[in-house]
Amino acid sequence: MKSIDELNLPENYRYAEDHEWAKLEGDKVRVGLDDYAQDQLQAIVYVELPQVGDSIKKGEPFGVVESVKAVVDCYMPVGGEIIAVNTALVDSPGLVNESPYDEGWMIDIKPTDLTEMDTLYTRGSIREAILKKVTKEGQ
Amino acid sequence: MRYLPHTDDDISAMLKVVGVGSLEELFSTVPEDCRKKEPFNLPDPLTEWELNRHMASLADTMATMPEYKVFVGAGSYEHFVPSSVLSLLGRSEFVTSYTPYQPEVSQGTLQGIFEYQTLICRLLGMEVANASMYDGASALAEALLMATRITKKKKVAISRLIHPHYREVVKTYLWPTGYEVVELPYLESGRTDLSALDGMAELAAIAIQSPNFFGCVEDLAALREKASEREAMSIASFTEALAYGLLRNPGSYEADIVCGEGQSLGIPQSFGGPSLGIFASRMKYVRSMPGRLVGKTVDMAGKQGFVLTLATREQHIRRERATSNICTNQGLCALGAAIYMASLGKHGLRELAKLNYDKTGYLKGRLEEAGFKVKFDSPTFNEFVVEFPSNFERTYKRLLDQKIVAGLPLASYYPELNNCYLMGVTETKTKEDMGILVKGIES
Amino acid sequence: MKEILGTTGLVMNEPLLWEKGGNGRCGFSMPRRDVESSPIDEGLVGPVPDFPELSEVDVVRHYTRLSQWNYGVDTGMYPLGSCTMKYNPKVNEKYASLPGFTGAHPLLPPSMVQGALKLMYDLERFLSEITGMDTTTLQPAAGAQGELMGTMLIYAFLRSKGEHRSKFLIPDTAHGTNPASVSLCDFHPIPVKSNEDGILSPEAVAEVMDEDVAGILVTNPNTLGFFEENIREIGEIVHGKGGLVYCDGANMNAVMGIVEMGKIGVDVMHLNLHKTFSTPHGGGGPGSGPVCVKKHLEPFLPVPRVVQEEGTYRLSSEYPDSIGKVHGFYGNFGVMIKAYSYIMSMGPENLKKASQLAVLNANYVKESLKTVFNLPYDRPCMHECVFSDKKLNVHKITTLDVAKRLIDCGFHPPTIYFPLVVPGAIMVEPTETESKETLDEFIETCKIIANEAEETPDLLHDAPKNAKVQRLDEVTAARQPCLAD
Repeated sequence: MKSIDELNLPENYRYAEDHEWAKLEGDKVRVGLDDYAQDQLQAIVYVELPQVGDSIKKGEPFGVVESVKAVVDCYMPVGGEIIAVNTALVDSPGLVNESPYDEGWMIDIKPTDLTEMDTLYTRGSIREAILKKVTKEGQ
Repeated sequence: MRYLPHTDDDISAMLKVVGVGSLEELFSTVPEDCRKKEPFNLPDPLTEWELNRHMASLADTMATMPEYKVFVGAGSYEHFVPSSVLSLLGRSEFVTSYTPYQPEVSQGTLQGIFEYQTLICRLLGMEVANASMYDGASALAEALLMATRITKKKKVAISRLIHPHYREVVKTYLWPTGYEVVELPYLESGRTDLSALDGMAELAAIAIQSPNFFGCVEDLAALREKASEREAMSIASFTEALAYGLLRNPGSYEADIVCGEGQSLGIPQSFGGPSLGIFASRMKYVRSMPGRLVGKTVDMAGKQGFVLTLATREQHIRRERATSNICTNQGLCALGAAIYMASLGKHGLRELAKLNYDKTGYLKGRLEEAGFKVKFDSPTFNEFVVEFPSNFERTYKRLLDQKIVAGLPLASYYPELNNCYLMGVTETKTKEDMGILVKGIES
Repeated sequence: MKEILGTTGLVMNEPLLWEKGGNGRCGFSMPRRDVESSPIDEGLVGPVPDFPELSEVDVVRHYTRLSQWNYGVDTGMYPLGSCTMKYNPKVNEKYASLPGFTGAHPLLPPSMVQGALKLMYDLERFLSEITGMDTTTLQPAAGAQGELMGTMLIYAFLRSKGEHRSKFLIPDTAHGTNPASVSLCDFHPIPVKSNEDGILSPEAVAEVMDEDVAGILVTNPNTLGFFEENIREIGEIVHGKGGLVYCDGANMNAVMGIVEMGKIGVDVMHLNLHKTFSTPHGGGGPGSGPVCVKKHLEPFLPVPRVVQEEGTYRLSSEYPDSIGKVHGFYGNFGVMIKAYSYIMSMGPENLKKASQLAVLNANYVKESLKTVFNLPYDRPCMHECVFSDKKLNVHKITTLDVAKRLIDCGFHPPTIYFPLVVPGAIMVEPTETESKETLDEFIETCKIIANEAEETPDLLHDAPKNAKVQRLDEVTAARQPCLAD
């Protein structure tokens, strides 16, 4: 597992409690799993994505990511309509590990309420949150 | 006691390391009011030699071949099991190991189960089979639950010609879910009346058994059609796996799930258990399947090996959202079935299945010649229903005294089939045995 | 220093079944054909399944070689926590193979199967006595099916009182089967946190217990190896709100003759005959999961039930409130035979002794290794103790590495990464049938491995080297599943 300093948490992304990232691109929001999540899960073997056209609220699950020994739900960092899903993940789920912020993206959302983005962590605050969690577990 | 290796010296040395004065003191965390005060009221221990006699005395009361001629199938079939199968299955490396969580020291079990999965797929014409369920009955219940998960519908239709016990298990399993179970009636031909489905909507699955409880081969093509029309899953159940050594398999009729009982594949009857729940489906549904799966892979040096895989479906990872709660299954029975299938080989399997079919045909013919009515005219495998005259019960009892069990009376399962008996024949019955039976019935 | 147990031996490679054999071979003595061929509608006949063709010798060699790639209790110590891998007596196998039992059809008239019915009847009573419960059913085929059935009894009991509750309490130390079983009964599992001693506190239960909770499912002793000391008080809290107490008896091996479950507030529990009662696990079953209940749940037990009248036994289905059936026949009878003969061989005093020695062995291992591995809960344990890899992490060594190195050294690894409340858990259950010498050898080996973790960590990273295969690529197995050839 990576140490806190090894984690890649890019500046221009926002982060959710469960380590989904969200990035505003024009009028859509692109979503994926952050480096911390993919590192904790280790090799991802399966990704389940929603249907294009589904409308899902912020905080509700939109998909499932599985590694060999773990399975996690992925939650909407912001609510809205799914306008695209990354079908490449069906055959190459490992992209989430190899390129979490780029080729490993999961969904594109047409957000209902853009201000929901402001409720998310920034690079700095998510780093703090992770640090807190790691220290607590280490005790 | 020979199973407990500790000497008195061992015990005192170990207590010292633990830091307590006596065995009783080890239980200091058990509160006083939780303690058992009196000794067990259980029989005094027997020596191995005393127990030999006791167990033999129990086993001796049981009616088994060759002394008894039992013409009953109904979900448990008397087939010959080669000594080689039993001997291999008794190897303690297979018997005394746990579920293969550590693949490097469980390759025997894992390859054995991978081979079992493959042979079952070939037998049933399916793409994926799991490492086993408890028995044919719970396999059917799990199949129906799987269909409700996939289709997100809450009603299932099952044929009344599915083994009555299986239907009871299905109802028990589905009871707390509130899902509706509709039973499909049967026709005079001894097949399920699929026209009863007309007008029925919102079905998750339609399940029929073939050969069915009356031994009749069902129309699996019609099942497929009816299921497709309703966007329901088609489930083919069975109790006599050997039938698919001869009959067209359910996979060739595009069944979505095939599940049933594998006891016929080299597993002793053992008063109904342990047996083998077989469960097979399509790769597109694999992530909704219950039970364990073994997959082929390679090790760090590139050498072929096997592991439990797709485990995220299972209870130890997905917990309350698992595809089933099953953990321990019938692993050793699955291995036994694989050894049996490997021993038979393709031609042996076909020959044995045909021999079973022919022997059944022979008895059917003899009984018809003797003037008894074969109740249903559909083709059958290993079992068929005969209607005897109304005073047959007396004859049945007399034959029991002669150590012949002349079929299973059906009235308690199907009240409308008073005086009807389900006859079961396998390769263990000789022409002479069947002659004795027919003579006994006639006289 | 003594030599390490594990070494290499000649192990054969063996291809898949269908990669060997020859056309026309058969390993089966075909019964004589003494009847004519019967006509069959060709439309019903399918192609011959593509099975390999092998002689009897081919088959025997194949499976003998496969068996040699397995580690069993007969090979050596198998300290798999919560699985109770005790010695499986040979004589029990013999009894289960008696032709009178193996050849018995389940639907014969009762007069023809008295021995089997008597055995089941007596075994039910033995298990009721051992647990202190009132009645037992042997029908569930394994522990998880027992859990499902036991939960269903609670569902049925509440229904009979016109109640429909939606939640079930499950401690965070529970086996995965627990939440999976209750959710099959349409209950929503509510997790309950264990306290700093690794057990449930009455307060934690009281906090989540309400009138919508059907009951609590407690594994006792729990998976950390601790007796749930507050069980009586917890029972009172749950009963006070109209719920019931289910005890997962997977770890009954620790408390036979010590604790009477029926007297401490338990309403229903299951046992695993393939754990406590010495029946072998068969590489994944068959098991058997009898369910024992108190009087108030008896009407709901599955049918048929064995009844006795003047020394004669029969099966009865005349129980109108029964939940029905969970097995096609009566459960795994062959497994029941082995448990019955185990109890008959042991007798009352040795059963209690077995529990005492199981607990002695676990505490001995705990005390001997607590300075070697991290011990998150340093308290007296029952049948098993749970360590973690925390001390080893600094050397970039994990629990998995320790487990794999143990294989090279000749031991089956303990249960790893469970219970979930201990990160990197190493859960050791020695069982009572391991001698002090074997335990000492295991302890010594663990010490050597802990040392290696520091000095030669690659020995652990690369382990196992002595097994048939090295670590396997589970990622590819899951990404591109190959489940049949």
